[in-house]
Amino acid sequence: MLHYAYIIPLLPLAGAVLLAFFGKRLGNPLAGWFATLLVAASFVVGVFVFLDLLHRASSNRSFDQTIVTWIPVGGLQIKAALLVDQLSITMVLFVTAVSALIHLYSIGYMHRDPQFSKFFVYLNLFVFSMLILVMADNFVLTFLGWEGVGACSYWLVAFWFDRDSAASAGKKAFIVNRIGDFGFLIAMFLIFSTVGTLSYSGVFGAVGSIGPTTLTAITLLLFLGAVGKSAQIPLFIWLPDAMEGPTPVSALIHAATMVTAGVYLMARVSPLLSHTASSLNVVAIVGLATAFLAATSACAQGDIKRGLAYSTISQLGYMFLAVGTGAYVAAIFLMITHAFYKALLFLGAGSVMHGLHDEQDMSRMGGLRKFMPVTAGTFIVAWLAIAGVPPFSGFFSKGDVLMNAYARSPALYAFGLLTALLTAYYLGRIVFLTFYGPERWRTSGPEEVLPHESPAVMLVPLVILAIGSLAAGVIDLPYANLDYLARWLDPLFGSAERVLTFSTGAKDAFEVADGVVAVTGALLAGGLWLRRWQRPRLTPVFFQRAWWVDWAYDTFIARPSTALANFSAYVFDNEVIDGVVNGTATLVRDSGTRLRRLQTGYVRNYALAIATGAALVLAYVASRVGS
Amino acid sequence: MSLGGPYYLTLAAVLFTIGGVGLLLRRNVLVMFMCVELMLNAVNLTLVTFSRMLNDIGGQSLVFFVLVVAAAEVVVGLGIIVAIFRRRKGATADDLHILKG
Amino acid sequence: MSGVAAAAAPVLAAAHPGPGFPLLTTLVLIPAGGAVVIAALPRARQRLIEVLGVAFSVAVLGFAVFVAVRFRVGDGGFQMVSQHSWITQFGISWKLGIDGISLFLVLMCGVLFPVALLGGRVRSNPKGFVAWMLLLECACLGSFLALDLFLFFLFFELTLVPTYFIIGGWGHERRGNAALKFFLYTFLGSAVMLVGLLTVVYLHQRSTGHLTFDLVTLSATQPFSSTVGIVLFLAFMAAFAVKAPIFPLHTWSPPAYTEAPAAGSVILAAVMAKIGSYGIVRFDFELFPKAAAQLAPTMLTLAAIGILYGAVVAAAQRDLKRMVAYSSLTNLGFIVLGTFAITTQGVSGGVLQMLNHGLFTAALFLLIGFIYERRKTWQTNDLGGLQKAAPIMAGVFTVAMMASIGLPGLNGFVGEFLILIGTFLSHRWWAVAATIGVIFAAIYLLWAFQRVFHGRTTGPNLHIPDLSWRERAVVAPLILAIVFLGVYPRPVLDRITPSVNRLVSHVEHGSTYRQPAVAKGSSAVPVSASVPAPAPGAP
Repeated sequence: MLHYAYIIPLLPLAGAVLLAFFGKRLGNPLAGWFATLLVAASFVVGVFVFLDLLHRASSNRSFDQTIVTWIPVGGLQIKAALLVDQLSITMVLFVTAVSALIHLYSIGYMHRDPQFSKFFVYLNLFVFSMLILVMADNFVLTFLGWEGVGACSYWLVAFWFDRDSAASAGKKAFIVNRIGDFGFLIAMFLIFSTVGTLSYSGVFGAVGSIGPTTLTAITLLLFLGAVGKSAQIPLFIWLPDAMEGPTPVSALIHAATMVTAGVYLMARVSPLLSHTASSLNVVAIVGLATAFLAATSACAQGDIKRGLAYSTISQLGYMFLAVGTGAYVAAIFLMITHAFYKALLFLGAGSVMHGLHDEQDMSRMGGLRKFMPVTAGTFIVAWLAIAGVPPFSGFFSKGDVLMNAYARSPALYAFGLLTALLTAYYLGRIVFLTFYGPERWRTSGPEEVLPHESPAVMLVPLVILAIGSLAAGVIDLPYANLDYLARWLDPLFGSAERVLTFSTGAKDAFEVADGVVAVTGALLAGGLWLRRWQRPRLTPVFFQRAWWVDWAYDTFIARPSTALANFSAYVFDNEVIDGVVNGTATLVRDSGTRLRRLQTGYVRNYALAIATGAALVLAYVASRVGS
Repeated sequence: MSLGGPYYLTLAAVLFTIGGVGLLLRRNVLVMFMCVELMLNAVNLTLVTFSRMLNDIGGQSLVFFVLVVAAAEVVVGLGIIVAIFRRRKGATADDLHILKG
Repeated sequence: MSGVAAAAAPVLAAAHPGPGFPLLTTLVLIPAGGAVVIAALPRARQRLIEVLGVAFSVAVLGFAVFVAVRFRVGDGGFQMVSQHSWITQFGISWKLGIDGISLFLVLMCGVLFPVALLGGRVRSNPKGFVAWMLLLECACLGSFLALDLFLFFLFFELTLVPTYFIIGGWGHERRGNAALKFFLYTFLGSAVMLVGLLTVVYLHQRSTGHLTFDLVTLSATQPFSSTVGIVLFLAFMAAFAVKAPIFPLHTWSPPAYTEAPAAGSVILAAVMAKIGSYGIVRFDFELFPKAAAQLAPTMLTLAAIGILYGAVVAAAQRDLKRMVAYSSLTNLGFIVLGTFAITTQGVSGGVLQMLNHGLFTAALFLLIGFIYERRKTWQTNDLGGLQKAAPIMAGVFTVAMMASIGLPGLNGFVGEFLILIGTFLSHRWWAVAATIGVIFAAIYLLWAFQRVFHGRTTGPNLHIPDLSWRERAVVAPLILAIVFLGVYPRPVLDRITPSVNRLVSHVEHGSTYRQPAVAKGSSAVPVSASVPAPAPGAP
């Protein structure tokens, strides 16, 4: 079965190509069903590959499949080759599973859109790129997927291109990601010039021959790439704007899958990362700082999708915290559970918007649980999961991260716990503002809108994801012999993985603390927001504007750059460089103008000149002859 | 009896100077043209004289070239002058300075 | 059976030129013949003229493909050389030859001329236009194939005349100025080159007693001091740097690209710019390897400045054609950067990028031409929301744009990646600076795309027709090539690399420069890549 692994990315690619040419003819909703089917088939193949791997010994679960040599020049031999191992298959399974559900949901959500089939072209292309990203066996091919998901994100965020805000948001996402790609590219160059290969196995095998400074540089540069893709400080500014895209896109790309690519990359290069303590510290601190900053920002958002976007940033920060403390399994675990509940949150928000005529502002929602019981119920499940209320999945995954943070440093743990409290609180706020309280949508619009529950095609994914959010925790319980995920991933991270030495009693204490914090946060949100929907002192502008980071970029980078560009184009290039060129021409012309006075046009002047010249020549000759 | 070479050379120099001065001072195109001819023939005379003095036939054969060129030049030059006189009356050389830079 | 075969043999031999057949000479002369034929036709037969023009250029393409098929892979030297003594007193000969570096430029020429003729048809006096275009094709092909310095100079200069008339005759409002500036600027550069060229030949004669303009003979010896070598190198560079263009000799290009008709812009940016960068590789490196190695840091600096500067200026443009002109400055900067990295990857990437840039820039200029035909403007302020009315045009533009940005999977990435990694191996910090240009490329192109295709559709932009079938057919080969070269560049790289290796070792042989061992990959790779996935510390 392993030999058929190439089919996994091939199916969505085929879907994208076919739909690009024949999508219009297939029409609405057939094109959507076709795309969904292909991704689901991809998932099924992934399951077979997974089962195959599962039957092998844990040391024999890595398999390389070369499809073709992509870029062969001298010492640089880059293959289009897939690496099938525990990590890539784990990623494949959750990416295809979540993607298939969101494809299904999109059939309902996008059913009135005139560009229906094009939407699925992009979605399929995205899934293909994401699968290449996680299955590549070398840095360059990963980069292909990396850029591919970025491009799809650009197209999908700017999908409603006639809105300037959407077009700008798509562009911003792409450009900010490019800053991260700069790090990724330089890291690849550095790796190649040091080790002479870019395949993962080659590089990891040669890790001993890389000097410590170089290794730190490589890992930090790769982390810069991850920071861009996963929206961490200081490059997180694109993700809230990316909410301009259709909601299924936000769920799939900007919550569940693409943004976790950075975490995946860090996990993939764990053999490098674990050799450099300083890089690990940077990763952990950036992750935790992002988690905290984004959580505070999420507390003050009025737009439901922006609130969820900051929540995503915050959760991604947690994953980096885990990576930075050497808890790769915990990071992957959180990534998987997060994919379920965050996708669910976004799809729930999409369902609300669908029923409320694309309203995103929570000040015009409220009391919707009576009109959308399924949406409300699943949304609340997701809330409890992300908050970490036992026994929902987030309880275990976040607990795992925090425990590892404590093992690294109690300070990290304390901050992490504070952020966990905020998480439970701000999502509770969103839940209460949306589904409880007065029905503010009644008075807001010019015409009466009656919210309605979404169609089944949208609700089925919600329910499935809710089950996942509820139960996904069982894949990695913190007790011996119940940590299935850790054992499945076991030899992959090897010595890079932190080994926890807590006793069972200590673990219980951590679990209790986590649970208490989560419940406290949830109750706090209920107490503050169940009856009131406006508390300006709790939503300061500083948090609304995400600590003014975006504003700072605009003021200190974007504006001066624009001025510089205009200066270069219209002053320096036109006046200085071209000025020299034109100046040369003018110089020639002016000297000509002066010299032409000599040409009087009078024959006798010329004759005199000739005579004078002849006389001078004669005089010269005579003087030479004489001497 | 024969006059010595220096006499011919002096005559040639005088003729050349008359021609040169005339070219520079006169305004009438026709007269200027004649001055040019005078200068050419002064040079011819010099060539012949030296040819005789040095016993070299080369000088005399060169004179034929000058004569031919002068004849051709007369044809072209007179043609131009006639064309000018057809267009304007009694123009002096100074009126014709359209080649002024 | 054998009788049939025997009877068919002579026919086949006639149809398929044998080894003695002067393939390259024919290739160069077909378009020249076409130009003569079209010049002889009456002006009024416009339709016939246009069809014949395309037919001749397609014939060239067919021939170029034939040459490419016969090309021996793995041979880094010149192939299919055809040599005839010409002006024997001065050692000048008609010598043409092809190697991996020129092969794809010739093919690109073959593809782009029919595309430009079909996609950039002119309304007034097509006879003159088509005839000049074919003559230009002859000159471009000759420039890529000539192995005799005099012959090269002849073709190099011959490109100017048709271009001057194409810009001046069929251009836009300020065409006169642009054509004049283009002509004078490039002419000045080549005048300097002529002096250098004659000096090289003279010095060679003085030291060997053999008067020749043959590149291969001349490059075998460098009978001059390193200072003289640098001066001569710069003399050649003067012509090529203007033509490419390299910062800061670029200011003729924006007006020339802008004022030229669509087909002219395509050929100027896609083909003629490459004569400059190709000239650097072919003549500067062959003749002055030592100077090339010595001046590499200077040239890399200029290239890196060009990359960043071009991108910054492009970002401020409100004129699509000027934007693409400055993006060409950036791309040519990448090409020159890779070339002067003097590593296998860098130079191969540079050569590949010549082809890549030709393809996507041609596509961009053609599309801008299509927009102009519909809206009579290419100012972004007058455009907007075109994607609504013309989604296919927007899609095609997106592909070409993404190739230019360097999206992996499209051709631009492969070239850019090779250039940057090759530069990083030998000149680390220049590569880092140039990589910033990769960020900038996204900024100016996406910005322009947004202004033209995104946003609300208003006014006359609402009702423009989408690409017609003819227009689709014109851009389709370019888009296909862009995708193919991004996914499977191997056939191209396998042919380029041997010639690049020969060139790099020529430079190493003639100077103290040595390329890093990693680049060659023959040795000094620390770890064999066949080690299975390691599990550090695993039990």
